[in-house]
Amino acid sequence: MRTIRTSVITENIKDMCIEANHFLSEDMKERLVRAADNETSPLGKKILCQLKENLQIAGEDMIPICQDTGMAVVFMEIGQDVHLEGDFLEDAVNEGVRRGYTEGYLRKSVVKDPLLRENTKDNTPAVIYTEIVPGDKITITVAPKGFGSENMSRIFMLKPADGIEGVKEAVVSAVRDAGPNACPPMVVGVGIGGTFEKCALMAKRALTRPVDSPSSIPYVRELEKELLEMINKTGIGPAGLGGDSTAFAVNIETYPTHIAGLPVAVNICCHVNRHIIRVI
Amino acid sequence: MDKYIGVPICEEDIKQLRAGDYVYLTGTVYTARDAAHKRMYETAVKGGELPLDLSGQVIYYMGPSPAREGRPIGSAGPTTAGRMDKYTPFFLKMGLKGMIGKGKRSDKVKKAIAEYGAVYFAAVGGAGALLSRSVKSSRVIAYDDLGTEAIRELRIEKFPVVVVVDSQGNDLYER
Repeated sequence: MRTIRTSVITENIKDMCIEANHFLSEDMKERLVRAADNETSPLGKKILCQLKENLQIAGEDMIPICQDTGMAVVFMEIGQDVHLEGDFLEDAVNEGVRRGYTEGYLRKSVVKDPLLRENTKDNTPAVIYTEIVPGDKITITVAPKGFGSENMSRIFMLKPADGIEGVKEAVVSAVRDAGPNACPPMVVGVGIGGTFEKCALMAKRALTRPVDSPSSIPYVRELEKELLEMINKTGIGPAGLGGDSTAFAVNIETYPTHIAGLPVAVNICCHVNRHIIRVI
Repeated sequence: MDKYIGVPICEEDIKQLRAGDYVYLTGTVYTARDAAHKRMYETAVKGGELPLDLSGQVIYYMGPSPAREGRPIGSAGPTTAGRMDKYTPFFLKMGLKGMIGKGKRSDKVKKAIAEYGAVYFAAVGGAGALLSRSVKSSRVIAYDDLGTEAIRELRIEKFPVVVVVDSQGNDLYER
């Protein structure tokens, strides 16, 4: 048994919100640089170079990469040998988000009620997922999610007979419909299988996987590769203004499903695919 | 070829802009996004007075992150324009001449842009840190209670945009 105070979680979440909104992970930066080098459309290349410059300014001047600093999505894998002490876990997470967004000059983009729409003024609450895992550590992932791309995400309840071709068609159609709205080059998170909500959650989780980490399942790895090629052939390009770089990666997660179903969720993220992982 | 245009925008400039032109804007624009559009629209249809005269003006669909001390603004990139489509033809009729955002517009909006001789520009989405350097000052002029969604008067210098829908109704995204 290991005791962890929830105030430690608060501190970490605060820092992670600020860090995620000013610095992208190395794998994302590497993809952006590679895309800028290889883009054949002159306007596309110009835009990718602006995005590189934008990243540099964000880090140097501490200005968020994007003004939409997102709704904070927090995943916590909690070791079953951990004993939490202090404030209730969800309150501790939300306090971290509150401090991060307030002290870090991040935009407050959350409304208290989806229809009454009054801003909560501190970007809380976060969307929080907890999972119990073996061990005595907590792995925290903070992924601030912008809504330009979130709004273009889709769920398809396909039929088993639709098969892999149906999945390809669904993913590519979601990307085509998203087009310039989702701020390409995108990262495409896909969940296949499970139930209605399980596939959506897998699609979100897939976005937190590094963009240079293919699936460990051979056919899924092939599907990721093929879909990325199909998406980059659409010609949507940087900012939707035409070019070769429409997506940096397609990350797919799968799960067993029912004999009657083939759920597919496509969670689209813009080129500002923010996520930070810490183990405490 | 790159073009340099002053804002508010004059009819002559609008007429010569074509979808695909890369343009640097200098002058004054106003920010308004979802909540400000809704409130302005509801005020106007009831015959109320708007907080600004829209004629000849350019609206930037943008809600900034907070400014650090000594800076005019925080991150300041465009938001998705299509969410404003419901209100846009109404404001174009009232004299609005330009919009800066990102993403697709509805057929109705494109038709209204051609009918009233206006223009829709896209700025690069997700480049809010870079774009903030072209914003020289920012002042809330209305709807302060909306936080980031308040209406701000921005002074911009060489603010980079691309013409997406021109005054003839051509749409760069559909090429």
